Amino acid sequence: MTILTRRKLITSAAIGAGGLLTGCDALNRSPAFQDMLASAETANFTVQRALGDRMQLASEYGMADLSPVFRANGTRDPGTARYAASAAQGFSDWQLRLTGLFEKPQQFSLAALQSLPQRTQITRHDCVEGWSAIGQWTGVPLKILLDIARLQDSARFLVFHCADRLGGRSYYESIDLLDGFHPQTILAHRLNGEALPVANGAPLRLRVERQLGYKQAKYVTGIEAVASLAGIGEGKGGYWQDVANYEWYAGI
Amino acid sequence: MLKEAVIPLPPRHRLMTRLWHWSNALCLLVLLMSGLTIFNAHPRLYWGEYGANNDHAWMAIGSTDRSGYLRLGDLRVETTGVLGNWQDSEGRTRTWAFPGWATIPSSYSLADGRRWHFFFAWIFSIGLALFMIRSLWNRHIQKDLHMRREEWQTSHIWRSLRDHTSLAVIRRSAKEDYNVIQKLSYIGVIFILLPLMIATGLTMSPAMDSNWPFLTDLFGGRQSARSMHFLSAFLLVLFFLVHMVMVLLSGPVRQVASMITGGQGKETGR
Repeated sequence: MTILTRRKLITSAAIGAGGLLTGCDALNRSPAFQDMLASAETANFTVQRALGDRMQLASEYGMADLSPVFRANGTRDPGTARYAASAAQGFSDWQLRLTGLFEKPQQFSLAALQSLPQRTQITRHDCVEGWSAIGQWTGVPLKILLDIARLQDSARFLVFHCADRLGGRSYYESIDLLDGFHPQTILAHRLNGEALPVANGAPLRLRVERQLGYKQAKYVTGIEAVASLAGIGEGKGGYWQDVANYEWYAGI
Repeated sequence: MLKEAVIPLPPRHRLMTRLWHWSNALCLLVLLMSGLTIFNAHPRLYWGEYGANNDHAWMAIGSTDRSGYLRLGDLRVETTGVLGNWQDSEGRTRTWAFPGWATIPSSYSLADGRRWHFFFAWIFSIGLALFMIRSLWNRHIQKDLHMRREEWQTSHIWRSLRDHTSLAVIRRSAKEDYNVIQKLSYIGVIFILLPLMIATGLTMSPAMDSNWPFLTDLFGGRQSARSMHFLSAFLLVLFFLVHMVMVLLSGPVRQVASMITGGQGKETGR
């Protein structure tokens, strides 16, 4: 009797495990269940923003802490003729356009950006995949550009347009104004004391240090101030959000 | 004539313990399986603050064209068919580290794995906090997991370990107070391993790193925390396996039933 029960128990446990997997996959396909799972992301965002000072800095490191090789991921070369031509002349013709809800829309050359006050920071880059690399970034704080171009009152998000395409779509990312004005949010043009390599986003990439790697848009050509992300791409606020359901808030 | 008062025995497992037990069973299973999905995105573990493909991994699951392997330090073990190179249910060869039957979802999706993981992490963390508060409040911890002075003696622990090789003693002990091995296991899991899972998990979040940088320092860096997160999960799996063996040996039907209904407590006072 006991043995039978025990065998039954083990068999039903095995069937249960199999059923669990099929069940999980079915739940995973259900939009309602996905919405429930995603509600935890709202909690992550709210709690993480509430826990610290809103302008709390990400950890900064020393030169001794640098990764020997800073791994490049995603697009390693935009590969277009236009990009190649610009790279050939040291990106002297590169323009960063500030468009959308600005009082005074602007256009900056790389040299103009480099002549503004700069910030250098050694920070840890955390990829959503799990790896980390420490690098030294130099660039112009985004706040300086926002102060020059002056946001209109209705602006809520900053969208970063990029020169690279993945799977036929333009890469883009977006952040809110809190991260936009954060002192460590910079448009970097140098990595570890050298001009930013092509694989790491030359000539200009975003550093938004309290979020994961996919937020750090590379090959940045424009910043668009918008009231809502609905009209951009598929409306989820970024390339990976649109194509693979990654979260817009990448603080975890 | 005085009638003898009938005092109902307290249940062996209180309601809070039972609720927490089953919510944990579900949460930890989902957290483990969705965690393996996340691990599959980068199946390499490092010590220190940074770690990526060019850095030395103390543990890695890899694959070649035809085989899968697990590398621990300099030791390399072929794992073809299980890790790194395996066939899915339709017979296709896959080269993700952990196979589909061990992950949620069963096909690789880092975004979905993360959603499952973080949702159940909230339920698990809230459950652990409530259980700890309630069990300290109603003195469950102090009464049932308190280590008496003589229980710390090596001879006592050794005797209790030996008792676990005897089926008769295992069956009998299911009705008694927790023995020293049970106490140490439950204390270790509830107060060390489970909080460690949460703390190392939080350490991997870049926003938490800016909010609570002391966590990163405590674990010696983000990649160390990631390694410890994985190792603690592995220890929890070991705990689960021993737990299952003990339940099966000590009378599984009664044990499972008492974790559902509460069961019957001991007749003697504590």
